[in-house]
Amino acid sequence: MIKFNLFVLPFSLGLIYIVTSIIMHYYRWIKALPAVDKVKLSAGIRTPSKVLASLKEIFLEGLIHRRLWKRNPLLGYMHMSFAFGWFLLIVIGNLESRVYHGAYINAPYYPIFLKFFIHDRLVLFFEIFTVPAFFRFIMDFLLLFVLSGLALAWIKRKQSKWFGMKQTTRHNFFDRVALTCLWLIFPMRLLAESYTAGYFHGGGGFLTKNLGNLLVMITPGPAELIAYFFWWTYSLVLGLFFIMMPYSRYMHIPSELLLILFRHCGIQPKKWGSSFSDLEVRSCSRCGVCIDACQLNFAAGISTIQAVYLIRSQREQFIPDHIAQTCMLCGRCQEACPVGIKIDSLRLIKRREIGSGQVADFSYLTNTHPDYADVVYFAGCMSHLTPSIPNAMEGILKEAGINYLFLDRDGSICCGRPLMLAGKDKQANELIEFNKTLISQTRAKLLVTSCPICYKVFREEYNLPIRIQHHSQYLLELVKEGKIALQSQHKRVVYHDPCDLGRGGNIYEAPRELLGKISDLEASGKDRADALCCGGSLALMSTSMLTKDKVTLDALQSLLAVDPDILVTACPLCKKTFSKLSKTEVRDIAELVHDAIPGRKIRIAATVKDPEAVIS
Amino acid sequence: MIDFGYTLTRDRQLDFDRGDFRYLKLVKSLEPSMDLCIGCGSCTATCSAGGFTDFNIRKLHTVIRRGDPESIKAELKKCMFCGKCQLVCPRGVNLRNLILAMNRAIEILG
Repeated sequence: MIKFNLFVLPFSLGLIYIVTSIIMHYYRWIKALPAVDKVKLSAGIRTPSKVLASLKEIFLEGLIHRRLWKRNPLLGYMHMSFAFGWFLLIVIGNLESRVYHGAYINAPYYPIFLKFFIHDRLVLFFEIFTVPAFFRFIMDFLLLFVLSGLALAWIKRKQSKWFGMKQTTRHNFFDRVALTCLWLIFPMRLLAESYTAGYFHGGGGFLTKNLGNLLVMITPGPAELIAYFFWWTYSLVLGLFFIMMPYSRYMHIPSELLLILFRHCGIQPKKWGSSFSDLEVRSCSRCGVCIDACQLNFAAGISTIQAVYLIRSQREQFIPDHIAQTCMLCGRCQEACPVGIKIDSLRLIKRREIGSGQVADFSYLTNTHPDYADVVYFAGCMSHLTPSIPNAMEGILKEAGINYLFLDRDGSICCGRPLMLAGKDKQANELIEFNKTLISQTRAKLLVTSCPICYKVFREEYNLPIRIQHHSQYLLELVKEGKIALQSQHKRVVYHDPCDLGRGGNIYEAPRELLGKISDLEASGKDRADALCCGGSLALMSTSMLTKDKVTLDALQSLLAVDPDILVTACPLCKKTFSKLSKTEVRDIAELVHDAIPGRKIRIAATVKDPEAVIS
Repeated sequence: MIDFGYTLTRDRQLDFDRGDFRYLKLVKSLEPSMDLCIGCGSCTATCSAGGFTDFNIRKLHTVIRRGDPESIKAELKKCMFCGKCQLVCPRGVNLRNLILAMNRAIEILG
């Protein structure tokens, strides 16, 4: 039996190249891991549960594309048909080749070009039920499956709106070459197999046999030569695709597999970047889901800084400052990313490079030993701009009879997160150490803050030995413990999830449960993880106020679509930002709770406007 | 000295020919909204750092405009970067980035 033809060479060379390249990349990534991560990895791969979980995720995400399905079924199907369809073609093609050839080891190209070497005829009806016929059917079916995805991909390039995608990624040269090859692989395979089947009057399944007969009938010229030409093209585009892969976005396929394993071993991104972050960068498929998720794109028309472009410039070894700095770090793209890349941490790595050079001097801060208390309340800088929030909190704390200390009553020392958002971690650490001393001196068991920005940094960077709560959690706890009784005001309200509290702190339910007790809470359509940023984010560095206003107005439009009486939020910065442009009253959840305590004079929303809204 | 009820202050005449305006130029190019400032001082009034020390953003702004950037170098380090100034600014000056830009100018021009 003949098992070789010259045309298998381009494919075989490409395959050798890509396999070597992947092994080298894997080796480099693993070797460059920090020592602590290496320990985690070696422990992880010896834990069967972690390996199994990784394999499960590789199957679900790498082949089925579950997260993408959830996000966008059409895109999910398209990627699944490519990944899973191709995977099955390889696996079943290999099995099929065993039917004809008993050897345990075949040359890798053999199953790929099987139909060239084997073309047995199918004559009798009952032979449909033979093993080879079964394989022919399955292989044709799978080819059709992949081709259906390809058709979708092609339509998506031309009409991305049909896929619910407003914008797709702009590709560079290597990506375009690789993409062209990828698009040609399966049509070439179809044509090669069809012509072969048509010429030999057999050897194809329902698709290639019928298409082959038709093609041979309608095209003049020697069908055998035409078939041979397509076999060559098929091999060439496959080989070229493999060679282009390490230089194009398609490297994300092998990279993501390792990334999933790393994650299951508990490896985290490092503040100053590590091999893990490099791997994340290579795992980006540039699908462009982040572009549509980005408010700066759809509300403010800035379409050059999205995660996909950040990651691409990182791969090209140079991130322009404006890409790193123009971002609200709201986390929406991270939430939408089908690969689960920690985009915010990638951006912060770059910001740290930019911001590290500058020094700070906070020697003017002097520690005046604070009083002892059970609960320490930290309003945060932003709450000092919305005094109604700390006022409400104090009213509630007094009502509940809590032994509390308002730590930053006389002007606050910043929590450090705004500095960190600018990449100035060293300077932030000085503030963190100072605040930590103050907090521990109060001997409190619980730290309550009104600001989600502070909340996030208290939890993630302070390593405090006490409980930390945002006031929405704390107030709910007070209600549940019976320390405050509330009476619903029956106002129709919409709740806005602040970025750092929701996506950043994973607190979605406490404020909703609390609001459910004191008002008629309505859904806004952009709730929980899908919530919009108010536009006031301190992470946005150089963007002008007018641009920020566009984001705010867009978010308001979406939040106020159901025309609520009050727009409620749980963040002083969101309140401040929204109040400036909102026609509807904007209030903090603490203020609503304070008003809902029976016996207090109830403000009537319709007649008393928010004083802060008037001022700004 | 005899207390006459008043003191002599340092000569505050400015010689614009001697000013160092490289900083102003660079800072302005990095944060153009600097030009929107009307000098109302809201930023300084709300400043977190200003609550503890004599850190004064409006002064920094003025000093850079006058081409006398030497005095700001030590002052800038006091900023906590909390962003209150930016939120109270009635003109929408991007104050946090202005501080960053001043830092950057010192980094570049020394």
